[in-house]
Amino acid sequence: MSYVVIGNSVASVGAIEAIRKVDKKTPIVVISDEPYSVYSRPLISEYLSGKVGEEMMNYRDSDFYERNRVTTKFNVKAVSINSRTKRVRLKNEEEIEYKKLLIATGGIPFVPPIEGRDKDGVFTFTKLDDAKRLKARVESFNHLVVIGAGLIGLKVTESLRQRGVPVTVVELSNRVMSTVLDEEAGRIIRSAIEREGVEVITGLTVEEITGKEKVTGVKLTNGNRIKCDAVVIAIGVIPNTSLAKDAGIRVNRGIITDSTMKTNIPHVYAAGDVTEGPDYLSKGNRVFPIWPNAYIQGKIAGYNMAGVKREFTGGIAMNSIELFGVPVLTAGLSNVEDENLEVLKKSEESTYKKNGYT
Amino acid sequence: MMKRVYAKEEVCIGCRLCEVYCAVEHSLSRDIIRAYKYEQPKPEPRVTVEEKEHISFALQCRHCDEPLCVEACITGAMMKDESGRVIHREEKCIGCWTCVLVCPYGAPRRDLSRGKVVKCDLCQSTGREIPACVEMCPNRALVFEER
Ligand SMILES: Cc1cc2nc3c(=O)[nH]c(=O)nc-3n(C[C@H](O)[C@H](O)[C@H](O)COP(=O)(O)OP(=O)(O)OC[C@H]3O[C@@H](n4cnc5c(N)ncnc54)[C@H](O)[C@@H]3O)c2cc1C
Repeated sequence: MSYVVIGNSVASVGAIEAIRKVDKKTPIVVISDEPYSVYSRPLISEYLSGKVGEEMMNYRDSDFYERNRVTTKFNVKAVSINSRTKRVRLKNEEEIEYKKLLIATGGIPFVPPIEGRDKDGVFTFTKLDDAKRLKARVESFNHLVVIGAGLIGLKVTESLRQRGVPVTVVELSNRVMSTVLDEEAGRIIRSAIEREGVEVITGLTVEEITGKEKVTGVKLTNGNRIKCDAVVIAIGVIPNTSLAKDAGIRVNRGIITDSTMKTNIPHVYAAGDVTEGPDYLSKGNRVFPIWPNAYIQGKIAGYNMAGVKREFTGGIAMNSIELFGVPVLTAGLSNVEDENLEVLKKSEESTYKKNGYT
Repeated sequence: MMKRVYAKEEVCIGCRLCEVYCAVEHSLSRDIIRAYKYEQPKPEPRVTVEEKEHISFALQCRHCDEPLCVEACITGAMMKDESGRVIHREEKCIGCWTCVLVCPYGAPRRDLSRGKVVKCDLCQSTGREIPACVEMCPNRALVFEER
């Protein structure tokens, strides 16, 4: 019997590398509905802009699966988990029995029920294939609207801008990156974006995507209309929990795990963006949809699956990213107003630093 | 077990020659005058002398057993090799500075002229047995040993 991993991204790699530190023998099977060897998801924007080529997208060397004796099942979806018979069923009817199972199915883009969201020219942006689809048509866009000014929305905006596409970003909250940046930091990033000729509209969202089959424009919540031939919906990513839910695994927003990354079902673990794991700063559980967290959770799951007890000490939100030439580093609760916090701030010409202490 | 560089702060005088020799060692010409006066981009040291009042010591990558930089690196540029060294493959680095954010020692440095991170490789890339900072320290304030 094998260790079976559903999903082939960073959480999966964290698990494989941990398992192979302590168990060199037991077979590992990785299932992915994408056709690729593990790639760096955050780099899909650099791929779209042309800064990196497809060969640079590889997150691990080409001998990764062979060296770790991993059997890969790519381009096929896992459709159900039977926790009684300990089997995973694939779309092609194949069934794989597991000794321990890891669900690392990541996140899926959240697409709200906006009218017209099925039209030709509406994109989401979380997979290499999404970037390929956009790249194939990028020359033909006269104007593009990005819905959402979070990390993914701004990264795709930057790449499209670098390819010469005129872009308008529409964000419902009153500033960009509102989940991690305060108002002052939001202003700095916004002006960096606007300096590149991108229009940023805050406090509004898209109510309707117009056009017959193809996108011809959007209508905003204040009634204004913007002409465009493509829309990227980048409002957020939500845990991809359907497989787990159907198998009776306990799910809140994400799959709930204990500190060993185990779910409520024996022999079944979860890690990465699909998971609502322990939070370092509060007593509860939280989804941390970031790369380092997915690796570390995967690693902890891997050790425990292989019988070595390790505990996840809890996730912390953190991110480092360069947006329109401005490096932005955030960690912890970077955007809370709490009078019990002692806050030190320093603004100079081109830098803004803020630290909060309890 | 692997050898690492350890500082003896009681004999470090903060002269920063380790930084100079590290930068030269990792420069194109490996010549102190050429490296410092003519090379573009200017070579960056991978070691930093931390200094406050009369205390100083040189700090470089600790080559951790479970390196956070490797776990956090979004491109796979950071890796731990068979010998235990933490190696940074510059050709895979896009300068996102995630390793700078997560390293508890502040070891990865930003090379702004190239938009990439640089960090200590224990002089593996230059073929030295004993790292340049250790060998060139005039006070023997750095040692290379297993602990
Ligand atoms: C554009 C973009 C930029 C980002 N930038 C950053 C950044 O700078 N820093 C950062 O920390 N994070 C960033 N992130 C977030 C980061 O990519 C995620 O946190 C990380 O990829 C989560 O990894 P994961 O292993 O949990 O799952 P994912 O990477 O989401 O992978 C899950 C995989 O499982 C597959 N799968 C799902 N269901 C099934 C099924 N039923 N059968 C088979 N396969 C299935 C999916 O197709 C996918 O390949 C970015 C994300 C995006 C989209």
